[in-house]
Amino acid sequence: MLKLPIYLDNNATTPMDPRVLDAMIPYFTEKFGNAASRNHQFGWVAEESVDYAREQVAKLIGADEKEIIFTSGATEADNLAIKGVYEMYAQKGNHIITVTTEHKAVLDTCHHLEKQGAQITYLKVNAEGLIDLTELENAITDKTILVAIMYANNEVGVIQDVKKISEICHKKGTLFFTDATQAVGKIPVDVIKDGIDLMAFSAHKMYGPKGVGALYVRRKNPRVKVTAQMDGGGHERGMRSGTLNVPSIVGFGKACEISMTDMESDTARIIKMRDKLEAGLTQLEESYVNGSKEHRLPHVSNISFKYVEGEGLMMGFNKNIALSSGSACTSASLEPSYVLKALGLGDDLAHSSLRFGLGRFTTEDQIDYTIKAISETVTKLRELSPLWEMFKEGIDLDKIEWAHH
Amino acid sequence: MAYSEKVLDHYSNPKNVGTLDKNSNTVGTGLVGAPECGDVMRLQIEVDPVTQMITDAKFKTFGCGSAIASSSLATEWLKGKTIDQAMNIDNMDIVEELALPPVKIHCSVLAEDAIKSAINDYRAKNGLAPIVDNH
Repeated sequence: MLKLPIYLDNNATTPMDPRVLDAMIPYFTEKFGNAASRNHQFGWVAEESVDYAREQVAKLIGADEKEIIFTSGATEADNLAIKGVYEMYAQKGNHIITVTTEHKAVLDTCHHLEKQGAQITYLKVNAEGLIDLTELENAITDKTILVAIMYANNEVGVIQDVKKISEICHKKGTLFFTDATQAVGKIPVDVIKDGIDLMAFSAHKMYGPKGVGALYVRRKNPRVKVTAQMDGGGHERGMRSGTLNVPSIVGFGKACEISMTDMESDTARIIKMRDKLEAGLTQLEESYVNGSKEHRLPHVSNISFKYVEGEGLMMGFNKNIALSSGSACTSASLEPSYVLKALGLGDDLAHSSLRFGLGRFTTEDQIDYTIKAISETVTKLRELSPLWEMFKEGIDLDKIEWAHH
Repeated sequence: MAYSEKVLDHYSNPKNVGTLDKNSNTVGTGLVGAPECGDVMRLQIEVDPVTQMITDAKFKTFGCGSAIASSSLATEWLKGKTIDQAMNIDNMDIVEELALPPVKIHCSVLAEDAIKSAINDYRAKNGLAPIVDNH
């Protein structure tokens, strides 16, 4: 039986896996101890559980458990990595390289440091959403202390060539940080093979609880240090003070363990549904898949339906289907998606985009329903669209002098 | 963000969708907004040259639900009004009728612009000076 509403916004957050919830429950009431309480049973139980979760998290990304710093989420981990490196390596330099399509947690952190005297280079991406590796190499100077490039993009799902990026960074003697929030738990990520020095990720994007994430900080070859951004009791090897969120950390660990065992079968199923969705929706005239189709997360599809505005489009089915749009009207800023614009999409196509994020609990009948509902709405709204009528009459919309507001 | 019942109704059952002959002397066309801004409205009126009464109105809109609802409502209000009466339609009337939230007020402004632009197009075709907006 098809259950409505359908959730296709798994890049925003994922539902928690019931197995994760089961693992967390005892830690709220029975095993409620503070992991820093060294002198009694309650503390020991909490500490052991955190240690076990740390191993589960580390194992998923091929790290040592001592290299995992628990945080409140990926935003905090991004802040800790970038600000922490900037302060710790101030003697070496003040230059950081990042990319225009990064998440705001990285971009705004860089803007913040710019005000404090940091030099930031923002690399552009091509139409596929990928950076130019030569451009990266040329941008690195002897003052460069950090290259911050996301593993996979949250809006279009494009995966950067992380391995090549890290090779360039290490050849040039700079640290490499990656925000891997969308990638970890979805595709194989290995900090050793990928050559990652610092990495941010989060539990709630992989069927774990909200409010917990981690920063991976490499301990050897090279040993990386970050200056704490939260001072206090010296938790997490002094890099992040604050009482550990034990139930959520336990859940994070469990989510990582499940991701590891289920990744292959999840991916096989999800990619089939994603391709079906894409094939179905691109049957519509003037619909375009945004970003690289080759280097892309298996569960993401970003499609523009030309001559239809995204928010208006979503209104046609958002009682029954939950997803996101790059349209300005859906954001507070009234600007369309800066990620899509960085890929070279005109504002009109950015306004017309929908992001589909499939997940572990997506079913094929949900995909069938979605294809039908969206196709019908696009067709209906095009009948209402003056732009569609002009396009059909062969009028070049670029030649019209629009009255901009 | 929740939409008002009236916005939802205009979105689901838009009134007066369509196209009038833009080359006819009795038709005035207003095309406002821009694709880059995410809103384009085209509003057309058919005017009785003797009575100056708007006998028909049609629209097509590219935009969000509130933009579609604003233009749909505008066409309903225009029919049966004289040009002078139509000039008095204020965007805040639309805001009130559709219970638009502050972030959607620009949709009503666009609809008012479209009405005035359609009227002035009609006037220009018939050798009349444009009416200047006093807003």
